[in-house]
Amino acid sequence: MPFSDKIKISGLFAYICFVAASFILNFNPGKLIGINFYSFSIEMLKLLPCAFILIGLFEVWVKRKTVEKHLGTESGFRGYLWTILLAGTTVGGLYVAFPIAYSLHSKGAKLSIIFTYIGASAICRVPMTIFEASFMGITFSIIRLLASVPLVIAISVVLGNYLTKRKYKVLPGK
Amino acid sequence: MYYLYILTILALLISVFKSPDKTSKAVKIALKKFINILPAFLSMLILVSIILFLIPDEIILKYLGDKNKFVGITLASFFGSITLMPGFIAYPLCGILLKKGVTYMVLSAFSTTLMMVGILTYPIEKAYFGTRVTILRNIFSFFIAIVVALMTGIFFGEIW
Repeated sequence: MPFSDKIKISGLFAYICFVAASFILNFNPGKLIGINFYSFSIEMLKLLPCAFILIGLFEVWVKRKTVEKHLGTESGFRGYLWTILLAGTTVGGLYVAFPIAYSLHSKGAKLSIIFTYIGASAICRVPMTIFEASFMGITFSIIRLLASVPLVIAISVVLGNYLTKRKYKVLPGK
Repeated sequence: MYYLYILTILALLISVFKSPDKTSKAVKIALKKFINILPAFLSMLILVSIILFLIPDEIILKYLGDKNKFVGITLASFFGSITLMPGFIAYPLCGILLKKGVTYMVLSAFSTTLMMVGILTYPIEKAYFGTRVTILRNIFSFFIAIVVALMTGIFFGEIW
């Protein structure tokens, strides 16, 4: 077992012991940490199984050619448009966007597209934006979208081109 | 959230109808991918549980209302970067702050870094895209958030 794994496992063990001991000894900070862990785990478990099943179906059914054509190196401006629409329907947060972006890339979507996808799924999710508008006002949401979407695309293109030139490869097999 | 369940069930049903073999393959891929990334999720959950304890909502409420706007923006983007909360917690919090007189500009910095910059999601992002890309993407996202906040400030006339 590599050294870094040993550290991780002892860290996990220490964390579990700490939280368990806090509940037994009624130590409030430790209990709060345990409750935070629990409520966030539940939040994620509501989303992740569906997200991964959809990723599985995507990998089995969608042809590499289709993704390459619409989101690959030959795709133009429309590719970004598709990506932002796709991102708008994503649920959860960055932690759901990463595995989806990874699958898109392994099927042939280019780097600038997947960075756009990650950025857009952080800021353009439709349910989230509606929620935001109801608390902050529609003007706030519109300004935020108008200011951030072009920036996200521009930065993604810069980052994608830079990494492509450096022959960056995404790690296989996750 | 329910539309996700409905969509998943529909997609699975259509898939089973068209080819049970491919469907079982898809479920196997889903399971394998999920298990592979589980350790990274566990690391993130541990980080989140500790950070949210150290920085509760009251602290964020207290510091974002700073009189100096640029101190406000700096603190807002700092808190937004190092914490993680779902939208249904973040926006009501922003709504409260807005009523308390915190500027749109500061709240824009807070909510945009909250959504785009993920220091707590680092374990997951690294597992998929490697350390360098993770750091670069987060730095760029941070700058996007600052620019968006300044533009919000200009629009709402809060800068001058």
